[in-house]
Amino acid sequence: MTAPSTLPVSTSILPLEFYRVSFEAGGKRLIKDLSCIFAAGPSTIILGPNGAGKSLLLRLCHGLLKPSAGQIIWHGAEGRDPSAHQAMVFQRPVMLRRSVAANVDYALALRGVPRRQRRDMVAESLTETGLSRLARHPARVLSFGEQQRLALARAWALMPQVLFLDEPTANLDPAATHTVERVITAIHAAGTQVIMTTHDLGQARRLADEILFLHRGRLLEKGPADAFFAGPRNDLARAFLRGELLWRRPRDDTSDQAEKTENG
Amino acid sequence: MTDFGSALGAALSLVVRLDPDLAEIVLLSLQVSVGAVFLATLIGMPLGAAVALFRFPGRTAIVVMLNALMGLPPVVVGLIVYLILSRAGPLGVLGLLFTPAAMIIAQVVLVTPIIAALTRQVVEDLWTEYEEQLRSLGAGPGRALTALLWDGRFTLLTAVLAGFGRASAEVGAVMIVGGNIDHVTRVMTTAIALEVSKGDLALALGLGIILIVLSTGINGAAFVLKEAAQRRHAG
Repeated sequence: MTAPSTLPVSTSILPLEFYRVSFEAGGKRLIKDLSCIFAAGPSTIILGPNGAGKSLLLRLCHGLLKPSAGQIIWHGAEGRDPSAHQAMVFQRPVMLRRSVAANVDYALALRGVPRRQRRDMVAESLTETGLSRLARHPARVLSFGEQQRLALARAWALMPQVLFLDEPTANLDPAATHTVERVITAIHAAGTQVIMTTHDLGQARRLADEILFLHRGRLLEKGPADAFFAGPRNDLARAFLRGELLWRRPRDDTSDQAEKTENG
Repeated sequence: MTDFGSALGAALSLVVRLDPDLAEIVLLSLQVSVGAVFLATLIGMPLGAAVALFRFPGRTAIVVMLNALMGLPPVVVGLIVYLILSRAGPLGVLGLLFTPAAMIIAQVVLVTPIIAALTRQVVEDLWTEYEEQLRSLGAGPGRALTALLWDGRFTLLTAVLAGFGRASAEVGAVMIVGGNIDHVTRVMTTAIALEVSKGDLALALGLGIILIVLSTGINGAAFVLKEAAQRRHAG
């Protein structure tokens, strides 16, 4: 490691530009000719019904998927590896078969943080997410809400410049959702750019500064959250806000698998 | 039944008296099998994990081959190792034939595919679950591989046990490359085969009882250990 990625770097790897990006899988175009720019600052929420391609868009941003066509450019990277300054929280938290603290520690170890610094960083991130008392518990016996908080703690400890969240509260009850949203707000306040997907409109209103509205792989609208919720320009976005059926019930939770198969 | 009864009685007395000949045979058996399983684990686990993780041309063929090699006939393996280690063979100069080392080599050949094939299955299942998260955290292939082996350690214990079961039970390979030489290469399975053909059923049965008790004991202990650890980690 040339520069410790966990320290705030003066310059951001943002903005992130999508230039005419398409993504195909199984002969279907799931993201269609998408161009947009994610700038530093506002917390961005990607809205859209199931099958819109929200999860795919995040995975393309994070580099887990490669576009079939077009370019994805981190303009601020300047020779740095942009993936070292990002983290992602998934809809289904992936817990290593280790203790809560070891899950965070492992993420830091992968980023090359020396062992003696890791202990404090682990403790701090567990405190911030309210998991300190569970530090020595095996991660996989935690409740679902606690596991998602641990996923956030793991991301927090890395102090990424950009944090992607893929429907982080889709499977949580209101109390757990509230806790997770509080942590996300704190992470954003600490200077991390938050880009997340949801189809929970209430959550979007609470957290978003900026909205991207996606439908069937196309970006239909992008703008400030206030303006979007006051009256979207796009017909489909208006219908979505009214809770009308665009494709299926917007609140209907389905897995990624279902999202992929429904698309088309 | 009287034969069986008297043989059983004699066998038990051998065991209880800790007959020195018997003890020597048991000890050598354990040395050979444990040594072979240890080496096969060192080779088979990284091999199986690598096949699970990496996509390369010919990968499917290797997966099929590993699975097929799990059923290698010990006698044939013994024969091949014999040919390689015999005076005229490529490794004849080492003078390993009819030594415990030769027996270990043959058993490594038998056990490695079992451990590799089972490891591949375990690691592949775990990788399906972990892949996106590990890639997101920036784990390269090497780090991912060690994390998968570590997190799959309790399930992988089963693979090692399967290998041990195979090694401790087989007779064909060690018979051919070891030669069943008294006080040198005589192990439990070859001794049983010999004593039965000589008609000394007591010693054969005594060895048989010990072999079964040992393998049941080791498997039982490993099972209890695995259950306890898995409960703790919610594997």
